[in-house]
Amino acid sequence: MSSSTSSSLPVVTQAPGRSLAAWWQALPLTAVFMLFFLVPLALILMVSFWDFNEYELLPGFTLKNYVSIFEGCGNTDEMCVTFKTYLSTFKFSALVWLITLVTGFAVSYFLAFHVRSPGVQTLLFVLCTIPFWTSNVIRMISWVPLLGRNGLVNQSLVGLGVVNQPVEWLLFSDFSVVLAFVHLYTMFMIVPIFNSMMRIDRSLIEAANDSGASGWQTLWNVIIPLCRTGIIIGSIFVITIVMGDFVTIGVMGGQQIASIGKIIQVQTSYLQFPLAAANAVILLVLVLMIIWALTRLVDIRKEL
Amino acid sequence: MTRDKRPAAFWFLALFFALFVLFLYGPMLVIVVLSFQGPEGGLTFPLRGVSLHWFYKLAEGLGVVDIGAALMRSLGLGLAVMALTVVFSVLAGLAFRKKLAGGNTLFLIVVASLIMPSIIVSLGIGLEFRLLDTGIKQALEFFGMADTLEGYGTALGLFTSALGAHLTWTLPFGLLIMFAIFNRFNPVYEEAARDLGATPWQGFRHVVLPLIAPSVVGIAMFGFTLSWDEIARTSQAIGDVNTLPLELQGLTSTVTTPSIYALGTVTTVVSLLVVGAAIGLAGWLGRRQKKGAR
Repeated sequence: MSSSTSSSLPVVTQAPGRSLAAWWQALPLTAVFMLFFLVPLALILMVSFWDFNEYELLPGFTLKNYVSIFEGCGNTDEMCVTFKTYLSTFKFSALVWLITLVTGFAVSYFLAFHVRSPGVQTLLFVLCTIPFWTSNVIRMISWVPLLGRNGLVNQSLVGLGVVNQPVEWLLFSDFSVVLAFVHLYTMFMIVPIFNSMMRIDRSLIEAANDSGASGWQTLWNVIIPLCRTGIIIGSIFVITIVMGDFVTIGVMGGQQIASIGKIIQVQTSYLQFPLAAANAVILLVLVLMIIWALTRLVDIRKEL
Repeated sequence: MTRDKRPAAFWFLALFFALFVLFLYGPMLVIVVLSFQGPEGGLTFPLRGVSLHWFYKLAEGLGVVDIGAALMRSLGLGLAVMALTVVFSVLAGLAFRKKLAGGNTLFLIVVASLIMPSIIVSLGIGLEFRLLDTGIKQALEFFGMADTLEGYGTALGLFTSALGAHLTWTLPFGLLIMFAIFNRFNPVYEEAARDLGATPWQGFRHVVLPLIAPSVVGIAMFGFTLSWDEIARTSQAIGDVNTLPLELQGLTSTVTTPSIYALGTVTTVVSLLVVGAAIGLAGWLGRRQKKGAR
């Protein structure tokens, strides 16, 4: 700590003291994540095995909550609610992931490789990030005047004579949910992919060119492998957000579309905490499995 | 890439980019325009007159919701989150530069928090505080403090559970920014200060802090704006009162006047002012640094 001025072998003699100082500095952050992240997660696991009645939680150990979640799931004729909900959640995740990946990649590629001046590059990049700073709910409801029954899109379609009656599936539908997700979270793809692309040594691309690679070959064999990290980090963000979401699906789906996050939210509002906790545990296991599969492909810490 | 003539791919991607920007901004501009509807105007086009009518309506309150109070709550929470995010991230960032036993584990936990579905974190914190409530009530009963027990509501609140919930969201961003800063940081200046006899605190106060100041402003900006817009982590962890985004989420299904667009315009302006001020401040600090270096 204060020994730093006189010691002849600074690194060795200081090591214990400095490590201690380092821990004091890391302590507030560590405490926050202990108190508000690790302990809550442990409590979720614990409470998922508790029983409950209308008034209170009853400590104990029961698999009742898990059993009731998968009730009727052995039935082959009709899918149970839980499976249907997960299927719908997976469907949104996959769709949003695919669209944000393609869009994010194309935008990053344009900015990184086609815009030549660094100034313009920064300017255009910042242009993309500005909407990210405004409220998510606002950005969701901003679609209402466009997609609603009497919205701008329908007014135009009817006006142009494309359709006779306003199209109903534009708002409060799967379509509007996916659209809002893409609108909200493409940024989470652009930032890491753009970041990886900017680190690619430009001479590699020239080398590929000189060796006679076509544009597509360069893209597929040089650029995509080299920005794999960015793609995976972006994918983890988008997939985990959509898997746990209940706000976007609620607002843009007109509170009609089921998602696992929404189920958890509804159950807590009825104070069915053990049930909600069991659902959260299942969701967590699934999300961790997806992340584990994705991180097999890349070491995130190494790339920072 | 050709030198003089743009390839066809450029024009295709440029068009794609332009459409993407239109897609990002279009809807936002629509609600900003619609928030200036005249008193007769509705939720959609055409614009019926231009006025500030819906902003006045907003100031009077929307239904049962006191927008002003919610705004003050969000502002207070955002400022508290901002301050703590800056202090905790800078401290932790300094810690990670040294040998930190268990540093890898801590880093993994922080990243895990960033990618954890927010509803799970929120539910966990909500549960934690409810169990805490149960414990406190039992303790009060045990010690026979009936009066206190009567008056006791819940430990859930803006500056307890909600603050913690927000920090699990803002601190990962803060720490990652600190990593980015110290990856590019040249320790030579610090060593020079130490050789000149500066204490670690003096070295930090007069050498390190001025150098990292512009990025610290960035952390503050992230801390405030992430908290200002946060819903999912707050939803189960807030207790009886709501923050502005939560009120807003509730209002989306009940309010059917352009007042809600006016509210959208107001919160957007606040966000952009904060971001603008932060960028301005960071730029000013950066320039001052360069001038000092000369």
